[in-house]
Amino acid sequence: MRARRWSIALRGLSLAAALGVWQLLTSYDVNLWLRFEQFPTVTDVARAFGDRLGSDAYWQDLTDSLTRIVTGFALAAVLGITVGTAVARSRIASDLLGPVLEVIRPVPAIALVPVAILLFPSNEQGIVFITCTAAFFPVMVSTRHAVRALTPVWEEAVLTMGGGRWRILGSVVLPGALPGILGGLSVGIGVSWICVISAEMISGEYGVGYRTWQDYTVVDYPGVFVGMATIGLLGWITSTAVELLGRRLTRWLPRTEGSRPPSPVRHRNPVVPPAAAPVPLTKERVRP
Amino acid sequence: MTTTTPPGLRLTLRGAVLGRAGAPVLDGIDLDVVPGEILAVVGPSGCGKSTLLRTLAGLLPALGGEVTQDGDAITAPRAERALVFQDDALLPWRTVRANVELPLAIRGVPRAERRARAESWLARVGLDEHGAKLPHRISGGQRQRVQLARALAAEPRAVLMDEPFGALDAQTRAGMQQLLVDVLRGTGATVVFVTHDVDEALFLGDRVALLPTGRVLDVPRPRERAAHTDPATVALRRGVLESLTSTH
Repeated sequence: MRARRWSIALRGLSLAAALGVWQLLTSYDVNLWLRFEQFPTVTDVARAFGDRLGSDAYWQDLTDSLTRIVTGFALAAVLGITVGTAVARSRIASDLLGPVLEVIRPVPAIALVPVAILLFPSNEQGIVFITCTAAFFPVMVSTRHAVRALTPVWEEAVLTMGGGRWRILGSVVLPGALPGILGGLSVGIGVSWICVISAEMISGEYGVGYRTWQDYTVVDYPGVFVGMATIGLLGWITSTAVELLGRRLTRWLPRTEGSRPPSPVRHRNPVVPPAAAPVPLTKERVRP
Repeated sequence: MTTTTPPGLRLTLRGAVLGRAGAPVLDGIDLDVVPGEILAVVGPSGCGKSTLLRTLAGLLPALGGEVTQDGDAITAPRAERALVFQDDALLPWRTVRANVELPLAIRGVPRAERRARAESWLARVGLDEHGAKLPHRISGGQRQRVQLARALAAEPRAVLMDEPFGALDAQTRAGMQQLLVDVLRGTGATVVFVTHDVDEALFLGDRVALLPTGRVLDVPRPRERAAHTDPATVALRRGVLESLTSTH
């Protein structure tokens, strides 16, 4: 508990120090090699943030960006897990999809904006497409690797119990690959934010990225920083949500003491030593 | 709950060639495993013990000859031939109880019944208080007991065991051997137990098959460790060791 308080205090201190340095550099118009004279101060940005929070446009931008990212990311998660599993498990799927995916993969999602404009009837769908494409590849690649790395004995065990293809998929492949898949989802949500904001800046109507770029074009620098802070906060909240979901779904993973969230009922010595009793074994002898 | 015990399977190999395509490990093996017996298969490392077991389980197709159960060719894994692995084959995201329930769930046993049967088997292997734990929270010996309970819970007609106690310390291993004999009693299942430990083979097996020759020896009974000091068993042990040394 004390370590956790200390950790929270350190994080707060780090944030406060960064804001303090920013305030000093901008309020004194420091102009060394880096120029801070055009920069808004922390207080300017805070004031602009307060004003924006009271406007309907801000909340509409927020809702639009969140809708785009949730839609694009959800599609990417479903498609990425499905395609990654298929490619890892099926030679035919690997031969059919592998070359196409590997050619498209190095193309930055944001470079697909012209393709999205040509393909989709509305900007909205194009932005979702770009967001989805950005998250799809990390999820697909992580899933493919995780499925290929599964311990073969798990599948053989279920096979010898009479399990079929779907049982193996549901009872072995997906749960076993989940830690790897979650790694891909975690990377994917970060990349999605980069792409949704960029796509909004290029071709959006409403959205945090669109608003930030609009503020820049009318030389409203505090507004630009409000946009950046909003993007940062939203990104942090969504990636934390993915992280928490991941921890919840992989509670079965053995974790070191340091990586486990504090719990009042945690066992101090979880691993029971091997039963050292000779024959016959009794309940009392195997009890930890 | 449990119904009548099904009879054990007769497992037969006739001129069997076993291994991976292009790399046979055993060539021309003849073996007959009688229903209900424990056949211990012993041999040096790399002689094809695990290959034999995986073929009997249906995980590896025979390259030649006949491999049958009750006269029918073994071509794929079936629930009536349970396999207990040397490696930890428990699914780590399922609790101990859920692992034991899995073969019953695959067979479509209703939830309440499979839970009761899983708990009954966990009690038989002395783990009734560990059902809610995840596999990494119990010891290696306990995990092997869970594997045993999982294999037997679905009432298989044959249990194929691939050096299941190989990674355990001597005391735990001795306990597991006795436990195995105890829990198998009355199941009627045919057991093929692969090991590289001659003493383990002589203690567990009704007969001992030597690989790679396929020669089969009867083991004197009763099954007691003290009996292993009697002249007949000592002579048998010496014979097994000499046979293994000469073929290696």
